[in-house]
Amino acid sequence: MTEPLIFELSADGRRGYTLPKLDVPEIDPADHIPSKMLRREIPLPSLCEVDVVRHFTRLSRLNHAVDVGFYPLGSCTMKYNPKINEDMARLPGFATIHPYQPEETIQGALALLHNLEHALAEICGMDAFTLQPAAGAHGELTGLLIIKAYHRKKKNAKAKTKILIPDAGHGTNPASAAMLGFEVVNIRTSPRGGIDLDDLRAKATPDVAGLMLTNPNTLGLFDENLTEIAKIVHGVDGLLYYDGANLNAIMGWSRPGDMGFDIVHVNLHKTFSTPHGGGGPGSGPVGVKAHLAGFLPSPRISFDGKKFKVTDKHADSIGPVRTFLGSFGVLVRAYTYIITLGAEGLKDASSYAVLNANYMMRRLQKTYKLAYDRTCKHEFVLSGKPFAEKGVKTLDIAKRLLDYGYHAPTVYFPLIVEEAIMIEPTETESKQTMDEFITVMEQIAAEAMTDPEKVKGAPYNTPVTRLDEALAARKPDINFFKRRP
Amino acid sequence: MNPPNLKYTKEHEWARIEGKKAVIGITEYAAHQLGDVVFVDMPLVGTKLEKGKTFGVVESVKTVSDIFAPLSGKVTKKNDELDAEPANVNTDPYGKGWILEIELSNPAEADEMIDAAAYEKHCETCGH
Amino acid sequence: MSSYLPHTQAEVKAMLEAIGVKSIDDLFAEIPAELRLNRPLDLPDGLSESEVVDEMNDLAQLNYGANELLCFLGAGIYDHYIPSAINHLLLRGDFFTAYTPYQAEISQGTLQAIYEYQSLICGLTGMDVSNASMYEAGTALVEALNMAKAQTGRTRVVIPETVHPEYRRVAKTINTQMGIEIVTVPFEDGVTDMAKLAEVVNDSTAAVVAGYPNFFGSVEDLEALANVAHNVGALLVVTADPVSLGLLTAPGDLGADIVCGEGQSLGIPMSFGGPSLGFMACKEALLRKVPGRITGATVDKTGRRGFVLTLQAREQHIRREKAGSNICSNQALMALNATIYMSLLGRDGIRDVANQSFQKAHHLKKELAARVPAVSFPFAAPFMNEFVIKVPNAKKLLLKMAKQGVLGGVALERWFPTLKDHLLVAVTEKRTAEDIDYYCELLGGLTS
Repeated sequence: MTEPLIFELSADGRRGYTLPKLDVPEIDPADHIPSKMLRREIPLPSLCEVDVVRHFTRLSRLNHAVDVGFYPLGSCTMKYNPKINEDMARLPGFATIHPYQPEETIQGALALLHNLEHALAEICGMDAFTLQPAAGAHGELTGLLIIKAYHRKKKNAKAKTKILIPDAGHGTNPASAAMLGFEVVNIRTSPRGGIDLDDLRAKATPDVAGLMLTNPNTLGLFDENLTEIAKIVHGVDGLLYYDGANLNAIMGWSRPGDMGFDIVHVNLHKTFSTPHGGGGPGSGPVGVKAHLAGFLPSPRISFDGKKFKVTDKHADSIGPVRTFLGSFGVLVRAYTYIITLGAEGLKDASSYAVLNANYMMRRLQKTYKLAYDRTCKHEFVLSGKPFAEKGVKTLDIAKRLLDYGYHAPTVYFPLIVEEAIMIEPTETESKQTMDEFITVMEQIAAEAMTDPEKVKGAPYNTPVTRLDEALAARKPDINFFKRRP
Repeated sequence: MNPPNLKYTKEHEWARIEGKKAVIGITEYAAHQLGDVVFVDMPLVGTKLEKGKTFGVVESVKTVSDIFAPLSGKVTKKNDELDAEPANVNTDPYGKGWILEIELSNPAEADEMIDAAAYEKHCETCGH
Repeated sequence: MSSYLPHTQAEVKAMLEAIGVKSIDDLFAEIPAELRLNRPLDLPDGLSESEVVDEMNDLAQLNYGANELLCFLGAGIYDHYIPSAINHLLLRGDFFTAYTPYQAEISQGTLQAIYEYQSLICGLTGMDVSNASMYEAGTALVEALNMAKAQTGRTRVVIPETVHPEYRRVAKTINTQMGIEIVTVPFEDGVTDMAKLAEVVNDSTAAVVAGYPNFFGSVEDLEALANVAHNVGALLVVTADPVSLGLLTAPGDLGADIVCGEGQSLGIPMSFGGPSLGFMACKEALLRKVPGRITGATVDKTGRRGFVLTLQAREQHIRREKAGSNICSNQALMALNATIYMSLLGRDGIRDVANQSFQKAHHLKKELAARVPAVSFPFAAPFMNEFVIKVPNAKKLLLKMAKQGVLGGVALERWFPTLKDHLLVAVTEKRTAEDIDYYCELLGGLTS
């Protein structure tokens, strides 16, 4: 099942949108703009509305999605995206406001942002938040800029050159640190799946600017030694940065701020139910403890008891990290989710996310190798290594799952587990859904032993079969107008 | 098989030394471990390489690997054909898959490289 | 329990038994007591859906947007008409509830749409390569400057004051912490001062940046700017408005090496400035330096065309600290939004939207000149659909205009102290002759 490209459906003369008749006296652009700057060719296709609607509807049907079925993608928190969130983001009072309107005309928007900042601060145990960052990685960059500014303010920036990151950390952590010129130092994971304290002590030298940590970490395990970790890092005047990718495990149970973290980012598109949109938009608000609040990106939102204001003059601020005040539509969705669930509902979400993960872990460890055998939080990591003897890799198991109508778990991450299979069910999946998935995982394990070739050739029931990734990368065809012959 | 007339490093590079010049590349074992090579990032002609330091990167579909200079010297030629046919690194690592030609600045370094037999023994110890 | 949780009491009991614990609390037992929150979160109780709607409506009604007021604001975010079909397609759960298309076989819809997006952006900008999107214009410029640094091995960039001041501020926040030095150049008659530019561009310059149209709405002579940059081996980075490219020559045909910018004008709601769409396109020579995801066409085992994320070895999840950028999540759904918009408009539609915006902006300027004596025009440079006016007590005037139903312009003083009482006024195809007439009448009345 394939769909022609939009360009292949085009026929000159068609159009999918008409404008009102021009109701002002027409002038010749050539009288006002130098002719070399006036365009002759526009290589866009021409289609009528029904062509466009059918094309994109057909394309949508080639996708798996949360609305279609189970999506146990570890580290990504593919929970249900409530429909009401979409309606609220589209309310004309939110969708049609311009970022440069007078403050008097956007009091509702500013109130919402102000309330959301406070709700996130309470959930994370932090003192102040910025909603600017557009994604988790952007939040990391913002947090690292704050770490730099903190050391600069102490006239110690030149000496603070290193960022510590566990070897199980997300790839964005080292990439963000390196972008800002930090040297990345990896910290080993202990046999129990937490930070290796001896390794941390050895590497926590005076040149350390900070530590980036996910907790529960990417193995889905809560690091019990946080108090000691914080002591070690603060002992060399390093700051603790919390990568909030896994916040969905602990809402209402434990707070990064109480664990000793100075800076956090949260992924609204994970924990707070805003949709992933096929890759974005996300949103990665950053929270800090009071001693770092002055460094937050300007502009900030303030409230004097009567009126909400946008203030831009903050002497220590790192400056804006993007245009405007954030991905507002995403923030509206997250706020809708928070007021829908309330204090108890948010804690329930984490409780059931953890219950679901432990249930699946205990059932699946009978067939797959469990990387760390202890209570997990919202996700857990298996290994596909038992099937290596039959030549079946984790990738093959992932592809075979597609045949059964599931999205595959995250595979080959974290890097410290060989043939990793990382499963995060989230709280919005029922026992029934999980049981069905577990049965299929068991079937695939059996197939791998009895009919490995079948698993290695998967998938069979998808719109396309395995794609030639080497060809795609060796001879890139990434633009229709310069396509591979 | 690894040609006996070449010298090798434990980081899986090879060199064919001819007088003051050497042609260098990555071994069949390295290419196999990487999988389908899709791009080789090479330094410009004239760049000075220092033995043991990285000078380029080999990319496969889902991984990247640094390439370390087996010998010190100045780049005199680079294999531009790899831009169009990076697969040559997989299919013909010791022939069309060569990466650079360098003019040696310290030919005595060649003595620190190992021969084919020693290299094969080394590969057995890194096998997974 | 919220309606998003499917668990029955019996199921919870069965699951706890299968795990071998007595209660959910047991699953959190390893969190040390001092790290636990031993009180409920200090947040209001949850609400039913109808209560949520009421509360959100109350907030939304405190805003007065382009649904109620006539919007003459621009500066990167424009009030173009958004065809109805877009929202219907975007609301398909198969699109918006999907993740990044890592499992290509069940993500062909997203992947093909990205390929089409990349192609359309390349076509519009005259570039060879586009990525799958960036967050927004400011961070797109940050990445473009980082690319220029990597490509040229130089660390100085020149950003004239004619480039959006917010983009310049974002570059200052981020690029300067990446070891890039930013040099500014003043404007002259609404465009970049070429003489001053020539003074600061030299063989340590990695890039020269130009707005197209620039922040003041003026159409810069890109070819001249490209020559200045290329003469010293620097790149020309252009921040462009994609809808304006329906009327203006593609920057790629005038010498641009990288074109990036704000894609909101491509059918995306203004939504208080986000989520919008950062776009990023470049010439072939920069392919390996492009940040973020890229989709490529390939074939499956049976020879059918299919699409995959490609050239992934550039990215953070593989290259970690050696990656050129940290971007992971992008703005895929907004890129899809723009793709549907460009498909609906097509080559004739986008020209019409650009042309009507151009026509109506010029009509407004002409009418103001003829009818409102208090208004003057500081710049004579050619412009697209946005221009600068000078009017007494501009900031107070904006509030008065808003009270009478018009969002009259963006005050420039906050970025340019020398431009006190100057407003940036934008006109799109949505404004009618009647709207323009009302604007003139209102401004005339308030300034007489």
